[in-house]
Amino acid sequence: MNSILQRYSGSSAGGRLSKSVVEDDSDFSDAMWGSEAGFGTLAKGVPGFVVPSVPDPAAFLRLHTDDHADPSCRIKIQHGTTTLAFRFQGGVIVAVDSRATAGSYVASGTVKKVIEINPYLLGTMAGGAADCQYWETYLGMHCRLHELRNRERISVSAASKYLSNLVYSYKGMGLSMGTMICGWDKTGPAVFYVDSDGTRLKGDLFSVGSGSTFAYGVLDQGYRWDLTDEEAQELGRRSIYAAGHRDAFSGNSCNLYHVKEDGWKFIGNYDITKLHYEGPGNVAGSPGHGYGYDLRVEGRSSANPPEVAAQA
Amino acid sequence: MPDMASLAHPQQRAFNPYTENGGTILAIAGADFSVIAGDTRQSEGYSIQTRYAPKVFRLTDRAVLAVNGFAADGNMFVKKVKQRLEWYRHAHAKDMPLRAIARLIQTMLYARRFFPYYVYNILGGIEEDGTGAVYSFDPVGSYEREACRAAGAAQSLVQPFLDNQIYFKNQVPAPGTSHPAHLPLPTVLSIVIDSFTSATERHIEVGDGLEIYIVLAKGRTLHGTESIGGMQELTTTDDGERVFVVRRDLKKD
Repeated sequence: MNSILQRYSGSSAGGRLSKSVVEDDSDFSDAMWGSEAGFGTLAKGVPGFVVPSVPDPAAFLRLHTDDHADPSCRIKIQHGTTTLAFRFQGGVIVAVDSRATAGSYVASGTVKKVIEINPYLLGTMAGGAADCQYWETYLGMHCRLHELRNRERISVSAASKYLSNLVYSYKGMGLSMGTMICGWDKTGPAVFYVDSDGTRLKGDLFSVGSGSTFAYGVLDQGYRWDLTDEEAQELGRRSIYAAGHRDAFSGNSCNLYHVKEDGWKFIGNYDITKLHYEGPGNVAGSPGHGYGYDLRVEGRSSANPPEVAAQA
Repeated sequence: MPDMASLAHPQQRAFNPYTENGGTILAIAGADFSVIAGDTRQSEGYSIQTRYAPKVFRLTDRAVLAVNGFAADGNMFVKKVKQRLEWYRHAHAKDMPLRAIARLIQTMLYARRFFPYYVYNILGGIEEDGTGAVYSFDPVGSYEREACRAAGAAQSLVQPFLDNQIYFKNQVPAPGTSHPAHLPLPTVLSIVIDSFTSATERHIEVGDGLEIYIVLAKGRTLHGTESIGGMQELTTTDDGERVFVVRRDLKKD
């Protein structure tokens, strides 16, 4: 950590960053050769990053990877998401969609946007897929080290702060992540929002991503502290469905997790098209029919007015 | 001494270390085998640089890596992955398991987060439990295990075909039947060949040659597939997974 801070802090970042290019090959530690291989990165702290020899590396990265500013840029980093997490009487519900887009192409419909940090901690993925996957896996290693050093599990607060401080040390370098760190510790259920700007917020209810506004609409409407487990799981599913339905960058399927005192549990994967027409199937909290509103307006809307429906 | 005319106009310079070399790669996992394929055309813009530039590489007897995007980055990346796998072999006297190779590739790609390799990777092979597996990566290292994946120039032509033929997306099974979870090797091979002949017809950056790598789990035989022309075995050990390559022609226009 310290070596990274030294390397990346200070105003004259460009000059100091660029020298690492030539050191690339000689930078391998002995750990990478031998049986310590699995611990290589831990022994050295954060692994070194190669940075181009240009005055402003962050501008270089933006030029080649930022498809928001320039759709013709070469390296398409996957974007577009709806994720949500909320705290309630029975623990924490975490629900996400599974779509990854590169421009307007659906790059994948089966992305795992819930990152299982350890049996008590979950992280969600919004923004750069690799940034979230890599740093939350890395956070998992440090949570384990905390357990070994202190003989107790890390609190959600401490874990989220570790991540927050870590990404803050890279501020301005082009990392992109909006994540919720969810878990259960001594204080009970906990949800923290952490993003790559360095924001870290404690709260009861968060939604992140391009579909978050749609998810919030359903979530705020149905949220109560004393929700039962079944009601809470259904609210998570229903909110992700709403986002998948109205946000073009979200969809495909919904992954649902429930964190309780004894750790997280994967509840299920639900196809969003199926949720629309048939509902979640025979699961706890299911309404027994599809979420789509066509069902509710059957024979009553201008598309098929009552008299037409009556004649048929 | 620069002339005053050139100083009068604003000039812009940029560091442009990337180009796109076309081509397409694809991998499909079966129950106890994995197929990884790529065309061999390398182009820049509208001109073909070479008709034989391999994009698919045998890493170990149970892992094959396909790379697509910027060829120079791809070749350098494969070289470095092979080097790390050799070090692992020297340290542990065994080949690295497939899921470990996948994680290694993630960390190697992410180490270049601020100066990325412009490469899309697909890793195929056999897991320690004997199942066929495919891992796909983005240029900065996010990865996922899947049953099939296409990447590269014709990704948007091939992937929907695979979704339909492998995952049976938008297909309804006949009453009283269900879709198979895994397809047999001969079926997978003909899907791969059809994908590339079709992509060659409709995409100008795909063609010339096709290399199909087949990785078989321990004890599994090729039964019925031996008859395919141009097949060659690349296995280096005699008591584990086996690797084969099939080389075929694609249209060259």
